[in-house]
Amino acid sequence: MSTIIIDPTGERSVVERTLTERPVSLEGRVVGLLDISKPRGDIFLNRIEERLTGLGAKVLRFKKPTFTKPAPVDLRHEIAMQCEVVIEALAD
Amino acid sequence: MSVTTTATPPAPTVAPPLPDGLVAVVKRECATCVLVTPVLAQLASAPSVTLSVFTQDDPDFPDGISSMHDDDLALSWHHDIETVPTLLRVEGGREVGRIVGWSRPEWEAFTGVADLGPGLPEWRPGCGSLSVDPNLADDLRVRFTGSTLRGRRVELASLEDEWEAMFDRGWTDGLPVVPPTEARVLRMLEGTTRHPQDVVAIVPPDLVAVTVEKVAVNAVMAGCKPEYLPVVLAAVEAACNDEFNIHGVLATTMPVGPLIIVNGPIRRAIGMNSGINVLGQGNRANSTIGRALQLVIRNVGGGRPNEVDRATHGNPGKVGWCVPEDEEGSPWTPLSVARGFPAGMSTVTLFPAEGPRCVVDQLARDAGQLATSFAAALRTVHHPKLPLGFDAVLVVGPEHARVFADAGWNREQLVAELDARLQLPGSEIIRGAGGMAEGIPERLRDATLPKFRPGGLLVVHAGGGAGLFSTVIGGWANGAIGSQPVTKEITS
Repeated sequence: MSTIIIDPTGERSVVERTLTERPVSLEGRVVGLLDISKPRGDIFLNRIEERLTGLGAKVLRFKKPTFTKPAPVDLRHEIAMQCEVVIEALAD
Repeated sequence: MSVTTTATPPAPTVAPPLPDGLVAVVKRECATCVLVTPVLAQLASAPSVTLSVFTQDDPDFPDGISSMHDDDLALSWHHDIETVPTLLRVEGGREVGRIVGWSRPEWEAFTGVADLGPGLPEWRPGCGSLSVDPNLADDLRVRFTGSTLRGRRVELASLEDEWEAMFDRGWTDGLPVVPPTEARVLRMLEGTTRHPQDVVAIVPPDLVAVTVEKVAVNAVMAGCKPEYLPVVLAAVEAACNDEFNIHGVLATTMPVGPLIIVNGPIRRAIGMNSGINVLGQGNRANSTIGRALQLVIRNVGGGRPNEVDRATHGNPGKVGWCVPEDEEGSPWTPLSVARGFPAGMSTVTLFPAEGPRCVVDQLARDAGQLATSFAAALRTVHHPKLPLGFDAVLVVGPEHARVFADAGWNREQLVAELDARLQLPGSEIIRGAGGMAEGIPERLRDATLPKFRPGGLLVVHAGGGAGLFSTVIGGWANGAIGSQPVTKEITS
């Protein structure tokens, strides 16, 4: 005889979205860099900004209030509205 | 590889209607029901009475009286018959009165018929209704209330081992879990008065609304008893908010997890252990309540090690850690009272905890000296040169607490004395000092900084009666940028 159990998960059905087409070049593109507020992250991002600017990109900088919590919805919206390209990365 | 099949939930059932007049519910197996058979015959023939008799077991019972068979016990279940015989008075389909067992004066007053059961004893207690028979109650609960569960039914294949099936689907923390059958989940839900579909919290990292039912499912899996469920529900609420920030506690590379400290009468009501081996294994409530919270984070929130959980080492308490304070043996007010909650209220306090480490001082008989030992150990939390950034819990063992009690130190004085001993000179803790690169910036060389922020040291009294030991449990990034300890009331 089979056993019936109740699913313990959140039973989410996640919407799958297609990735936006990758840009061939960053020339003239607006690139957002998000500082997650880890110590010394700014030093790393300053260098990345230099490199991106060198490639002709326009760089906008954003910062999370704290690295321990997800970026606030407003900040995510701001990034989505202002940037064409987002480089998302995590380091520790 | 497991194949998951979704099964159909049971159809809703409705309460069978009650006929107007007097309704008796009886069973042959009950000596009192057999005893009152002549009384029922008297009532059946009384012109002033309309009597309907329902029998739970033998359809031919009571002898010589026309009866209806409550063969599936639906009438008994839905009308909350706990004892037989039960006599109901029904008007317009609604119950307006009920008596149970046999008592001549009570039956005469209730029915308005005199001289009932001449020759019978004055009084006899009733027997348990079949609908509350422990051997049947689980199945009946599934049959009659199973439709109230909204969770997806997963049908395990007949050849699947149900314990292995839980592992195969990724639903365990690495230890076996109890398969959450409908009967077990419904029994768990008996532990709370809250509606199964009430939303308890939004669970990170996937930000999924968790209902009382889903918490109950995970509490079953963790091995909880129904009476633990209110503690689990309060812990889920206390963990899943911006203040405690379980998202960060889960995601961090640091070795922390949610520690639940329980205060108030519920500790004893559910048999928690605040004595010998309080921080260890061996007590079901201590061991399973914290595990239930962690299974909610894993299964509902989607927080799993090596995914959003990035802990470099983790700690064994992350399986689940729940500890009651020993209030009865404590010289101090309970932690919950120190945190502003009324005495006598049951609470949980959530703390982002690393593993415990012992403080040995078997020689100090002087409160000041013992406090100095504690301060030396507390200074090392995460790093002896890092001030202010981390909170800590100090679990004071009974033999150590007695030293402070003898000196007349209350909780506040102990915390103040520790604070006075934990003022760190900048010159000792700047980067490079003492041959250690870790530390605070050079510009703070002339400052004096406390190890703990105000309110950042939580004192708990617990442990076995023998041993001049206490325990330090370090925290995690504190305050608004990290996690605040959160205390919540436990409600039924």
